[in-house]
Amino acid sequence: MCLAVPMKVIELEGEQDDFFNPPVATVEAEGMMRKIRLDIVDRFPRVGDYVIVHAGFAIHTLSPGEANESLRLFDEMGKYIPGVNDGE
Amino acid sequence: MGNDRFMDKQAVQSLIEEIRRLAQRPMRFMEVCGTHTMSIFRHGIRTLLPKEIELVSGPGCPVCVTPVGQIDQMINLSLIPGVAVATFGDMLRVPGSKGSLAEARARGGQVEVVYSPVDALMLAKDQPNGTICFLGIGFETTTPSVAATILQARENRIRNFCVYSTHKLMPPALDALMAEPDLDIDGLLCPGHVSTIIGTQAYGPISEKYGLPCVVAGFEPLDILLGVYMLVRQVVDGRCQVENAYERAVSAQGNERARRVTEAVFEPVGSRWRGLGFIDASGLALREEFGELDARCRFELKEIDIPDPKGCRCSRIIKGIETPGACPLFSNVCTPLHPVGPCMVSSEGTCAAYYKYGGILEEKIR
Amino acid sequence: MKDDRVLLDHGSGGLATKRLIEEFFLSRLANDYLSRLEDSAVVPVQEGRLAFTTDSYVVDPIFFPGGDIGSLAVHGTINDLAMQGAAPMALSMGLILEEGLMFSELERVAESISQACIEAGVAIAAADTKVVPLGKGDKIFINTSGIGRVPKGLYLGAHRARPGDVVIVSGFVGDHGAAILTARSNLSFGTEIKSDSAPLHALVSAVLERCPSDKIRLFRDPTRGGLATVLNEIAMSSNVCIEIDQDAVPIRQEVSGVCELLGLDPLYLANEGKCVVVVEEDHSQLVMDALSGLALGRHAAVIGCVKELGGVGRPVVTMNTSIGGRRIISMLSGEPLPRIC
Repeated sequence: MCLAVPMKVIELEGEQDDFFNPPVATVEAEGMMRKIRLDIVDRFPRVGDYVIVHAGFAIHTLSPGEANESLRLFDEMGKYIPGVNDGE
Repeated sequence: MGNDRFMDKQAVQSLIEEIRRLAQRPMRFMEVCGTHTMSIFRHGIRTLLPKEIELVSGPGCPVCVTPVGQIDQMINLSLIPGVAVATFGDMLRVPGSKGSLAEARARGGQVEVVYSPVDALMLAKDQPNGTICFLGIGFETTTPSVAATILQARENRIRNFCVYSTHKLMPPALDALMAEPDLDIDGLLCPGHVSTIIGTQAYGPISEKYGLPCVVAGFEPLDILLGVYMLVRQVVDGRCQVENAYERAVSAQGNERARRVTEAVFEPVGSRWRGLGFIDASGLALREEFGELDARCRFELKEIDIPDPKGCRCSRIIKGIETPGACPLFSNVCTPLHPVGPCMVSSEGTCAAYYKYGGILEEKIR
Repeated sequence: MKDDRVLLDHGSGGLATKRLIEEFFLSRLANDYLSRLEDSAVVPVQEGRLAFTTDSYVVDPIFFPGGDIGSLAVHGTINDLAMQGAAPMALSMGLILEEGLMFSELERVAESISQACIEAGVAIAAADTKVVPLGKGDKIFINTSGIGRVPKGLYLGAHRARPGDVVIVSGFVGDHGAAILTARSNLSFGTEIKSDSAPLHALVSAVLERCPSDKIRLFRDPTRGGLATVLNEIAMSSNVCIEIDQDAVPIRQEVSGVCELLGLDPLYLANEGKCVVVVEEDHSQLVMDALSGLALGRHAAVIGCVKELGGVGRPVVTMNTSIGGRRIISMLSGEPLPRIC
């Protein structure tokens, strides 16, 4: 199962390139916290960023702007579909 | 995170209406990701779409396509004294030729369910007297995390840890599927987080070779509907391109760092897929230099290659060419308790759904 | 004392057994029945009908947020009685202890059993303790049976649902299952979801007081298999369809979060302090009024209704999803397992 919900980074430990002490983030979503690894994430996150998590590892970082901007999807739809953004 | 925005009823309605307006002829799209299949089922998305649009479930459940011989091998591993296999829960009930890992556990097999490969490595650290063998299953999304764990095990010299890799690659399987001459698919709904790793670029060759519209989509209902909408749009416009309906998580290039970690540890090998047969360069094995961490080397495993049972029509059912009723094994030899092919192994698979509801598919409850 | 453990001797039936029973159980659970230490308890019988139930508890871990195996055994058995509208009269309890169980753990469980009995106003009338060798059990297993008095003229049952009836659930769904999953060591999430383990007999009797009992079709507690499985059982027993609304089903955010993370569906997670009530439509408000006045029923909700078999031609549970789609809710086919890939 892929986890659709991006999780918010609330704490960072370890250095980006320290392999003996792999970098770890504490992430939070919907009242749950978990430590996840950052070895394979595409962009090293900062506290407050969001990450997409799979099997205990972050695989993608989103800035708060990207993540919170749920409207982005609506905007995209708006490009294609007249009327979707009506009533927003 | 205002996740509800991705479930907004009104936005869903607008999209559905648009799809309905555009879809003036029958169209059949394949979703190739298990999480898409789940989400479509859970949100009742099929019941919302006009009858012209058919969604068929492709081979995107990685445990369901793990061949019988490899499951037998996993069971053998769990029964070696001093060895415990650690696995994602997904694998537990998938049957081999002599039962599943869950049944092996009842016979004394050591099986631990973990959430992350790192948890398996921690088990090895905590239990220095036994060996933990992690079952590497999954597509491009999961593999990098396993590769990173293998690198960590090597760096930290954790010797009582190894990995049995049955990892699989999505593009070669899609290529093999699409090569079927009587395939009748109008477009591919491409997986979300596999694409986070491999990027939308990975679908270019398939789209071009087979003239197939491809759209990468996320997992929320609106993500999926947007993906379907963009596919419909391509069909109507007569285009066949790779498009991205999941820009917040997927780029054209994908996650190069994760791919580098995977490539450092794994190399492509030919692999058997349950229901689809043998596909060249569609699996991943540990590179030779990681032999110590490779369960195949450590336990001198010989590949158990068991072809799918005669008569199994999953490859044709997956492609939507046939329905479960046409399969001679369906409901007598092949049932949810004793599944033969991936369409029955997966609880959301076409055959499992047909069986459970006696052919009452979702259209009947619209 | 703190490091002392249960030994095989404690199950021998001799002095060690007597001391174990006295020290851990009699001191806490003493009542007129148990204290006699007879081979069986003699319970006075009144007119009418008895409800009689048994259940075994093997939960792992034995201590979890919101409860433990002791309170769970008491609550579970009371609830099985309560679902028939029965007022619990007495419980029996058989404990199977694994050699090596810490006295401190046993003490905690005994204390919790005692507390649960006091809170529920129910006595353990008969009890037994055995010890099995290390590795032949898992710390502690408990079997409880219970008897309860069924009020005159009250007939409840899963076969009694009729088209038009209303389906109510008494509160948040999935808490116990989620608490157990997150308490298991291999799946550590920094969240504290508490089990909903609680006795429901007072809640049931409050509903029966408020609403004419012939208008209530059934109570059912959605334990293993969760809400989805119980609804399917009702549909099959009554040969009806049931339709529920996703938006109406009360689920805590943390529970749906854990479920999302593990690829599970809260509708299939166990509950230990919730019940489903099926009631004739005209009287559903009375049931809701009774429930919402109670701490255990504060989050009760009407989640759906009973329908004719209709076009489908067989008992099916369906759900109207939040986005306006429909899906089939099937029975649980096996232990819910986390799904990662």
